Amino acid sequence: MDIAIQASGLGKRYGDHQALAGVDLEVAAGTVLGLLGPNGAGKTTTVRMLATLLEPDSGRATVAGFDIVRQQREVRRRIGLAGQYAAVDGLLTGRENLELLGTLLHLGRKGARSRASELLARFELEGAAEKPVQTYSGGMRRRLDLASALIAAPSVLFLDEPTTGLDPASRQVLWQMVREQVGQGVTVLLTTQYLEEADFLADRILVIDKGQVLAEGTPDELKRKVGEEWLEVGLADADGLEAALAALAKVAVASPTVDRASRRISVQLADGMGAITAAAAALEGTGVEVVDFALRRPSLDDVFFHLTGRETDQGQDASDASDASATTHDKRAKENQ
Amino acid sequence: MSATSFGTVAPGGFGTGVSDTVALIGRHLRHLRRTPEKIIAVTLTPVAMVGILGYLFASVVSVQGTAQYHDYVMGGVFAQVALSCVGVAALGVSADLRTGLIDRFRSLPMARSTVLVSHTAADLVTSAVAVVGVSLAGLAVGWRIHKGFLPAALGFVLILAFAYAMLWLGALLGMVMRNAEAINGVSALVLVIFSFLSSSFMPLTGLPTWLRTVAEWNPVSVVSAACRQLWGNAPAAAHGSLAVQHPVLLAPILLAAMIGVLMPVSMRVYRTAVVR
Ligand SMILES: Nc1ncnc2c1ncn2[C@@H]1O[C@H](COP(=O)(O)OP(=O)(O)O)[C@@H](O)[C@H]1O
Ligand SMILES: [Mg+2]
Repeated sequence: MDIAIQASGLGKRYGDHQALAGVDLEVAAGTVLGLLGPNGAGKTTTVRMLATLLEPDSGRATVAGFDIVRQQREVRRRIGLAGQYAAVDGLLTGRENLELLGTLLHLGRKGARSRASELLARFELEGAAEKPVQTYSGGMRRRLDLASALIAAPSVLFLDEPTTGLDPASRQVLWQMVREQVGQGVTVLLTTQYLEEADFLADRILVIDKGQVLAEGTPDELKRKVGEEWLEVGLADADGLEAALAALAKVAVASPTVDRASRRISVQLADGMGAITAAAAALEGTGVEVVDFALRRPSLDDVFFHLTGRETDQGQDASDASDASATTHDKRAKENQ
Repeated sequence: MSATSFGTVAPGGFGTGVSDTVALIGRHLRHLRRTPEKIIAVTLTPVAMVGILGYLFASVVSVQGTAQYHDYVMGGVFAQVALSCVGVAALGVSADLRTGLIDRFRSLPMARSTVLVSHTAADLVTSAVAVVGVSLAGLAVGWRIHKGFLPAALGFVLILAFAYAMLWLGALLGMVMRNAEAINGVSALVLVIFSFLSSSFMPLTGLPTWLRTVAEWNPVSVVSAACRQLWGNAPAAAHGSLAVQHPVLLAPILLAAMIGVLMPVSMRVYRTAVVR
């Protein structure tokens, strides 16, 4: 497997503040790495280093096989960057923005023009192509920003919080566009504060905080780190709680926990369908009225809380996003409510 | 992979450096066309000054060796136009930094110098327009050039070179300060200090010696004195420091030195300029 991005021991100090304290990461070509962390974690610093905008104080990294310090020009010829703020020129039109970048990337006058038209169409900006960008909505700017990063058809794409501040619908559109790029073989390194986003887009996730890597793995692996699946049972009224608890205790591997206020019981079961049917039968036998019966897995919110001991700032926004993606994230969307 | 259709980007060279610069200058000129108020803002203040100084002050101020006050003061007003370039460049560069556009440009395989070179070159167009505006206003209040084409043109070249130096100073300021209000404050301060601590508006006879030396070597004094001499508006002083006696000789040297220092320093700062 080709490695598109490799970094070891990346460190950066700002004055006496250690913004990044030895970050290692590796991204296989054609995959997406989600860099997940709260504000100030060091995400932007990492991206800027990998995109050759900032030199590391320590450590080294290669992007597309080239050293980010000694072979900057080679790296720059192969990357696209969409920074934390949509870097578009408000006084120019959408088309002019793209054509300017095409010219600067030496596609030639005709090449720049046709590439701009192509991207405007793909990002559904044709209607606004001749309008100054300062009249665009936040979502349109972001789309134009991503289009700008794709002018030279880069093989490695850096996206720094690409959907921060976007409404759920625009976020969906952007997610689809990122997926499209990945489908075409582009390697993506994406930073986000949204657990939902990392879960949806990333093949692997690196959780960072205070300049350090806290955990690395696939979304599933990270969730498993926090704990196994559990069964959650909701009852219609509190009277049945004791009977249900007693019944479930017989099929559980650990003693069930109960939240009396919401009349919910959580219980860890043995693996396999057998345990689930046994639990269902045991409840049936007690005759209590069950309103919810579902297997739960820890969400990335749980992972994050587990790793950093902090809630995410964006808990509310993340759940908005999950509502929008209800079809794919049905289960978690419900959990967040 | 779709990347194959465009492949990698062509390597840079001198030719592509020039075409990059041209493309970016095109961007700034579009800005100018779309926000003419920027040119008006830069032009209006000095034009108003010509009116005020040429009409109102003319009746109360007279400078020895000049027939009319406006003959004396025009060189100073042109130097003011150049000084106000500090703010113009600083605001432009800092805006590009804040929006992340400079980050995007820096992530392109493009020569480092391109962004600032085109910024300052395009802003020089703004100052040239302002210089034309001030010239017309000066002619309207009765100011005239009494020398031939060559010295006259040389005077304007000095003004534009001074403006160019101030644009590089502004670019530096914009990268270091970033905040628009702070930039406005500092560039207003530069304008006031440098223009009043100079011989723009009157000869420096009354000042204490040390302050007088500072004011005499102030580029604003040197450039405006050079222009007065080149345009036949007022002769250089017969005695005093080198700066006062030979402004025409000294101005090009001083300006070349300023540009020679400010340009590389700005480019160096640009290399590490970071967006917060
Ligand atoms: N130019 C800078 N000067 C000083 N401190 C900085 C600078 N850039 C970032 N920092 C600090 O470094 C830390 C990491 O910042 P950053 O990489 O922007 O985090 P994130 O993108 O994850 O929010 C933060 O504490 C931030 O305040
Ligand atoms: Mg950031």
